[in-house]
Amino acid sequence: MIRSELIQKIADENPHLYQRDVERIVNTIFEEITEALAHGDRVELRGFGAFSVKRRDARIGRNPRTGEAVQVEEKHVPFFKCGKLLRERLNGKET
Amino acid sequence: MGKTLTRMDLSEAVFREVGLSRNESAELVESVLAHISDALVRGEQVKISSFGTFSVRQKAARVGRNPKTGEEVPIEPRRVLTFRPSHLMKDRVAAGNRR
Repeated sequence: MIRSELIQKIADENPHLYQRDVERIVNTIFEEITEALAHGDRVELRGFGAFSVKRRDARIGRNPRTGEAVQVEEKHVPFFKCGKLLRERLNGKET
Repeated sequence: MGKTLTRMDLSEAVFREVGLSRNESAELVESVLAHISDALVRGEQVKISSFGTFSVRQKAARVGRNPKTGEEVPIEPRRVLTFRPSHLMKDRVAAGNRR
């Protein structure tokens, strides 16, 4: 499923909404999550999962082609942990 | 820094963005999450451009170990969810958290 298919499903369920509003709603949700992570905040969606930011320490990397050592700066990366309910549903424990 | 957002914050954002009631905004957030979950449970990949990709991976059975007692425990084959952030999301998170 891709973004446009998700928008279509929501639009089909909500015939009273304009398609462009459904697009804005779906986009706002993803934008809000990205924005929170960019601020270093967490987003916890019970039953679904939690988005957070993890710090990766600076390290000496290596150019895999030349074998040359390169300094890699400390950086922050997005991380997602699956929620308990979704994990159970993925493994056939429907509730 | 260190704040935790919840469904409430997402529905508040939807409420501000579109002229719907708070109640309907909350329901829409819920149904977006439900559609993503349902697709994943069906084994589909969910690809949100400029956000990231959720995919379901099958893990084989293996013998695990209780780290405290050292006791061997069988781990059943299972499906796990992974999220791969898009380049855009990674860049924004890296840039936003740089000191």
